[in-house]
Amino acid sequence: MSLNQKRRVFLKGSLAAGTLGAAAGLLTPGAVLAAWNKNAFTSKNIDEAIAGVVGDPVTTPSKDITIKAPDIAENGAVVPVSVSTNMDGVESITLLVEKNASPLAAVFHLPKGSLPDVSTRVKMGKTSDVIAVVKANGKLFSARKGVKVTIGGCGG
Amino acid sequence: MAKTIKIRAKAKNGVTTVKALITHPMETGLRKNKKTGEMIPANFIQEVVCKHNGKEVINCEWGGAVSKNPYLAFKFKGGNKDDTIELAWKDNQGNGDSLSAKIR
Repeated sequence: MSLNQKRRVFLKGSLAAGTLGAAAGLLTPGAVLAAWNKNAFTSKNIDEAIAGVVGDPVTTPSKDITIKAPDIAENGAVVPVSVSTNMDGVESITLLVEKNASPLAAVFHLPKGSLPDVSTRVKMGKTSDVIAVVKANGKLFSARKGVKVTIGGCGG
Repeated sequence: MAKTIKIRAKAKNGVTTVKALITHPMETGLRKNKKTGEMIPANFIQEVVCKHNGKEVINCEWGGAVSKNPYLAFKFKGGNKDDTIELAWKDNQGNGDSLSAKIR
């Protein structure tokens, strides 16, 4: 990657982080908020997507995060994924599918009192790793799990 | 259109487990209609908020990679039988729905 390209990535990342900061300030309980993190969700680059959500693409791999997902998914359109951790002070859980066109799948913001244990179902275009990024006490941790997809969930 | 949400919440040992299903096509905007060859416009849920007695317990941002008819399960501390749980979603086309239920 040339220097110029790196600069672009950096600029984009900080831009996205800025939007997120603004959005967090606007969060008011009672409103289904309007500030959806478009930059991060449309990003094609996994580091950019992570940085767009949590502000920094650098995460520490952690064994305290459990990702429950099938080893082989027959249908990539519906892949059940559960993420849980025994860490304290979890603020958010971010779910990414590494090889999807836009890797970012979902972000779960957990206010105090909510347990870091979420489940959902995601689409996977092809065999890839599912990545979970956990933000706890301002620090970033991640875990990944490979899922083999026999029929893709994106495209026709 | 309050028929898009199914929600079930259960309190046990001081922890409430909430499970919800939302009926939604969740189109990424990247698929083509096979017959006409036209792109199917993106239509997916961007925001899901769930509240317990008026206090937010989870706030989700979703992208097109969440499956059709999304499923969401999560847990929070507290919550008693007959407390109110409210779930609301909003998609990229500005549609939305909400539903209240009682914890069982």
